[in-house]
Amino acid sequence: MELVDSPVREFARQTLRPGATAALQGLAVAVLSLTTNLALFALSLVSLLLIPAFGIGFALFPMTTALVRLSTGLQRRLARWAGVPIATPYRPLPPGAQFGTWRRFRWVVGDPATWRDFAWLVPGAVTGGACLLAFALPLYGLEGSLGVPLLLYLIADSYGYGLFWPMTNLAEALAALPQGWLLLLGGLAVAPWLVWLHLQFARLFLAPTRAAELALRVRQLTVTRADTVDAQAAELRRIERDLHDGAQARLVALSMSIGLAEQLLAQDPAAAGKLLAEARETSGQALVELRDLVRGIHPPVLAERGLDGAVRALALAVPLPVEVEVDLPGRPEAPVESAAYFAVAEGLANITKHSGAAHAWIHLGHDDGRLTIEVGDDGRGGADPAGGSGLAGIGRRLAAFDGTMVVTSPPGGPTVVTMELPCELSSPKTSPSSGTG
Amino acid sequence: MRVVIAEDLALLRDGLTRILEAFGFEVVAAVDNGPSVLSALVTHRPDVAVLDVRLPPTFTDEGLQAAIQARTEIPGLPILVLSQHVEQLYARELLSDRAGGVGYLLKDRVSNVAQFVDAVRRVAGGGTVMDPEVVSQLLASRSGAEPLQELTAREREVLGLMAEGRSNAAIAARLFVTEKAVSKHINNIFSKLRMPPSDDDNRRVLAVLTYLNGDDSQLPVPGRVPRRTAAGPALPG
Repeated sequence: MELVDSPVREFARQTLRPGATAALQGLAVAVLSLTTNLALFALSLVSLLLIPAFGIGFALFPMTTALVRLSTGLQRRLARWAGVPIATPYRPLPPGAQFGTWRRFRWVVGDPATWRDFAWLVPGAVTGGACLLAFALPLYGLEGSLGVPLLLYLIADSYGYGLFWPMTNLAEALAALPQGWLLLLGGLAVAPWLVWLHLQFARLFLAPTRAAELALRVRQLTVTRADTVDAQAAELRRIERDLHDGAQARLVALSMSIGLAEQLLAQDPAAAGKLLAEARETSGQALVELRDLVRGIHPPVLAERGLDGAVRALALAVPLPVEVEVDLPGRPEAPVESAAYFAVAEGLANITKHSGAAHAWIHLGHDDGRLTIEVGDDGRGGADPAGGSGLAGIGRRLAAFDGTMVVTSPPGGPTVVTMELPCELSSPKTSPSSGTG
Repeated sequence: MRVVIAEDLALLRDGLTRILEAFGFEVVAAVDNGPSVLSALVTHRPDVAVLDVRLPPTFTDEGLQAAIQARTEIPGLPILVLSQHVEQLYARELLSDRAGGVGYLLKDRVSNVAQFVDAVRRVAGGGTVMDPEVVSQLLASRSGAEPLQELTAREREVLGLMAEGRSNAAIAARLFVTEKAVSKHINNIFSKLRMPPSDDDNRRVLAVLTYLNGDDSQLPVPGRVPRRTAAGPALPG
């Protein structure tokens, strides 16, 4: 059985199923393109013509554009489904640009993507309409292969299928069966290509141009750079304040105690001794404060052991069992390492404080030029990165490195925070700690 | 008593040398970098070594690595590790061979000279000395463990002092109680944590630290020192 079955199953897996999916995609694309594209083209044209006429077009055109973008948005979603992702090219909406305002009109007209969408509508309707073939061909084939034409010929006495139109004898009606099989299989084999061709064509119009991509990138970098600069400045202010109120003040007190003790040494050795004991106490406190400060700037264990050891040290300090799995063939650059460390630390702190979990895990890995970090727990879930927790801070911190953070936390758990940071690893680690478990 | 010192800052190295010599130790070698630590330990075979964790040339953890390495070559070589910061991870690695004669202290503790010298002596005598900060980290990370929640506040205090490696007499003096009261507390602790009682001070400290490290399955049985290989650093042999 197995021997007979497996090639059939293989064929079904490799041709039939993707073919059937593509047939459905073709239907969806065709329906979308045929119903919306032409209507939207007409609407766009009318609103453009109304600009000089009555000025109504100023208000109407942005609304039409919103509809066009809705339609192209659906087209992009279908494209993602079919495995041809098309990025969104539109410029972000400026503040205060409601419908009917001049600012809104300028935003719409000034964006080249608007005109590329407009240019897309008619050709898109043609190629999109052609995608109907991806659905119709297998359907027609199905009809034939199931013997429907044969049945109808026998009942109604006049029917046509495939090459024979109309069928004149039983042999021609019987020929519908092999024709149907051929059309069904051929249709399913061709369907993915039809959809693919249409989407490649759509990409020419609907994907951002190189210039638009760069403009988007510049905008994003401007935002993350501003965030980074703000965060750095706040961090420096905090360090300055901690030093000023902490260690620095203690050192002043220390030198005063020692100076006084020096004065008293001859007359009152007992009092001098007491002052020196006080001085030692103060120096101890200054050291504690400096140690905490250093830990917040760059944890020593990170410098000594790299991300691997530092994450293990973090996991040990949490009052629940944490499973740590690290698969890094080298070390990331120091700034990335530091961001990753603090991200894990914040994740663990959240778990300890909020999750009520009995078990947590950390997975570190690197593939495809990205450092991937997963921090998960089996707690009660419901963590919200927008809810003012430390998660939003991590997101900002990672954004400075083009990193991303995704939180999945359904009520009832589990909570999984997945972070990715693009980075290169240095050559295989030379640290003697590599054998440490 | 012969001692080897490894510390890269000249000021601290001289300070340590001066303190230890003032208390009758003989400093046979005072080195300032990682590679020479191991050779100094192996050649001199001191009664005790005082090592800084972070040393040149890489300024990572070569002092600690040298300590672990030296103890595989000379099992039980008493070593006191000093650092600007303490890590539970490092404490676990130092303790992983369960041979005793290990100390791990913050550098700040040197300023209390008498206590520091006492710690060096205890380590030289095969005892285990842990910094109070390590112990509080251990206690915090094990705060969820059920047996620990059964302990009274006083018993927890005794457990902490015991984990630091203090003797019954020292614990009694610290808590202003009699030694008899302390040993009663200790008996209670051991029965609540379901650990076999032991009269040997050093073994008892190791048992407590092992428990706090979350490794209940491998408690040392009195009279036998088990060796751990699974969770500790990969040590040859």
